[in-house]
Amino acid sequence: MKKTKTFPKGGVHPKENKISSLKPIEKLDLPETVIIPVSQHIGAPSKTIVNVGDKVKTGQLIAKAAGFISANIHSSVSGEVIKIDLIEDPSGYKKQAIIIKVEGDDWVEDIDLSEDIKKDINVEATEIKDRVLSLGIVGLGGATFPSHVKLSVPESKKVDYLIINGVECEPYLTSDHRLMLERGEEILIGTQILLKGLRINKAFIGIENNKPDAIKHLTELAKNYNGIEIISLKVQYPQGAEKQLIKAITGREVPPPPRGLPIDVGCVVHNVGTAFAVYEAIQKNKPLVDRVVTLTGKQVKNPSNYLVRIGTPIANLVEASGGLPQDTGKIISGGPMMGRAITTLDMPVTKGTSGVTVISESESTRETVLNCIRCGRCVEACPTGLEPYLLMALSEKNLMEKAEQERIVSCCECGCCAFTCPSRRPLLDYIRLGKTKVMNIMRRRQ
Amino acid sequence: MNKLLTISLSPHIFKKDSVNKIMLGVIIAMLPAFGVSIYIFGVGALKITVLAVLSAVLFEYLIQKFLLKSGSTINDYSAVVTGMLLAFNLPSNLPWWMVIIGSLVAIGIGKMSFGGLGNNPFNPALVGRVFLLISFPVSMTSWPVPLKDKLSLDAITAATPLGIVKEGLGNNQAVSSLMSSVPSYLDLFLGKVGGCIGEISVLALLIGLAFMLYKKIITWHIPITMVATVATFTGILWVFNPAKFADPLFHILTGGVMLGAIFMATDMVTSPMTKKGMVVFAFMIGILTVLIRTFGAYPEGVSFAILIANAFVPLINKFCKPKRFGE
Repeated sequence: MKKTKTFPKGGVHPKENKISSLKPIEKLDLPETVIIPVSQHIGAPSKTIVNVGDKVKTGQLIAKAAGFISANIHSSVSGEVIKIDLIEDPSGYKKQAIIIKVEGDDWVEDIDLSEDIKKDINVEATEIKDRVLSLGIVGLGGATFPSHVKLSVPESKKVDYLIINGVECEPYLTSDHRLMLERGEEILIGTQILLKGLRINKAFIGIENNKPDAIKHLTELAKNYNGIEIISLKVQYPQGAEKQLIKAITGREVPPPPRGLPIDVGCVVHNVGTAFAVYEAIQKNKPLVDRVVTLTGKQVKNPSNYLVRIGTPIANLVEASGGLPQDTGKIISGGPMMGRAITTLDMPVTKGTSGVTVISESESTRETVLNCIRCGRCVEACPTGLEPYLLMALSEKNLMEKAEQERIVSCCECGCCAFTCPSRRPLLDYIRLGKTKVMNIMRRRQ
Repeated sequence: MNKLLTISLSPHIFKKDSVNKIMLGVIIAMLPAFGVSIYIFGVGALKITVLAVLSAVLFEYLIQKFLLKSGSTINDYSAVVTGMLLAFNLPSNLPWWMVIIGSLVAIGIGKMSFGGLGNNPFNPALVGRVFLLISFPVSMTSWPVPLKDKLSLDAITAATPLGIVKEGLGNNQAVSSLMSSVPSYLDLFLGKVGGCIGEISVLALLIGLAFMLYKKIITWHIPITMVATVATFTGILWVFNPAKFADPLFHILTGGVMLGAIFMATDMVTSPMTKKGMVVFAFMIGILTVLIRTFGAYPEGVSFAILIANAFVPLINKFCKPKRFGE
């Protein structure tokens, strides 16, 4: 095996706790009702096109993309639309959602539900983008950026590499890991489709080397596919952050915001889950109506990986894995480094839900904040080369001009600084606050 | 579900590290040198160290309780570290009340007046030491020689190797003729020499350094750069004129270079935040130390060099930024 690659500066190594990595993906039973928010992606909320009382089929379009950076949303079940209401999502804001009462599982006719793997790609490059758009594919790694946008390369830019992100550097989460083991072939076909859509012929699949089985499996399979190379990466958080991943694999550095995008260094990054969803969309005509979600936590009776219909309440996943543990302090949508703590189990699984992590009470209590002892560990840990201690101080004192000079908007919010701080200072909380303020100032200036 | 959930922003997990773990690590790293000092200087060293630690902790407690009326931070062990480092910089036969004055200055002026741990620009233990050195120069430079009788408190005093060389050179003697009156380099390395409590045994200090590096409490940047700078600078002078300047090995084995490089300059609070900054900072200390030792009035200059460099830390932080990703 080749030498493992990594990004050059910063990062931390939290305990991996991948306790559900040996559990095969199980299909979760359909819930009684699904709650499908119309804003599951970055960009404009989709426009609802069904009314209360309408009967819908699984895979039927129920909300249309409203603008270029937006995504179509399809019903994940068949049944009746019983309510269109505002519900709270993990961001804490109320957003519109379509609530559907489940009646059976009647799919739209032209969706291929067979398990056969379809290898031949019989679509044109331009069609790939249109199908990805119409079937509602968004980035499944967590950021939920509409995938068709990444396939629309501006005339002025040139793409060299497609990078498929199979890093899964968040502790606990194993959904991508299982998908690579169980749906490796489909992921590779999906990768080829994306290559065709981008009109290039070189793709890398980056995987952290704490998943040797996935690396081996995909390397084996990739022998039959031209231009796909599997890259083994060092276990170092945030290896899976887009910019760090590009740097680790290609050695290129994406310039800082507001200009910098992966495409500026000739790269396009998609998650392995997205590659799988693209496979299903192009080869099977299946819209994005389900995804793999890890339900995990040290106290959870049966940590598992589930194939879940979008809109299923998180409570159903918790139920399936043995109920909420006695000692529950916090429930996180996502992993413990970047996930969001949720207020209620009624929240639905959305396109961006890669996992749900249950944290015990003792772990969710924050310790007393002490003075900064200027140890420099946060500076050392920051993969972006910022000075978190300084940014926190500037944010605290509301010195936004200085914070802007010190590149506060470059912060990717990976949380390495707060993770590593021996004084338990809420570095990232303050940096987020400052970053939001500075971004508002910059927007108003324009 | 009626359970109340905690809502807070990410990250939701934290490294198992804390200020008192770091401080405890530093204390453990100081134990070998402390052990050697008791072996060499007897109970005197033990007495001074215990006194300095107890008074440092007590002063921090009293100042916070009665002057600042704030919560106590003595549990973070930083006052213990300050007390121990102060004792390490004192001769073992110093009168007890001077030790207490040193502690009061270190904690009261060096640390608490700036807002406690983390806010002090100067190394508190060195503030205490330099205060004593300037106020009581005779007591602070009467160095006991290694004891024959470990329980005796009446030590015989003599000049340190650095003092012998400084004075000899002042009287126009050649370095080579002075070397006969200083201990062998092996004795200097092991610690069979007079001097401050904590500075004598290079070997014990290196064991402490190895422990702190292993535990990732500090990085190599400050100690290695500082010692290398002292060695290089004195080496250049020595090559230039070996009759007037002592050799580099003599300089790094004697006095406070090792203690300063390993325990004093590496104090997190008063050293720069970035690796680049640490190298600049340590280089500065090395240069200043040699300048004071060879051209200044004092035979030893590590304490002053560190305090002067401490004052430059905010500037160093301003100019030694980490490399921003993508720029």
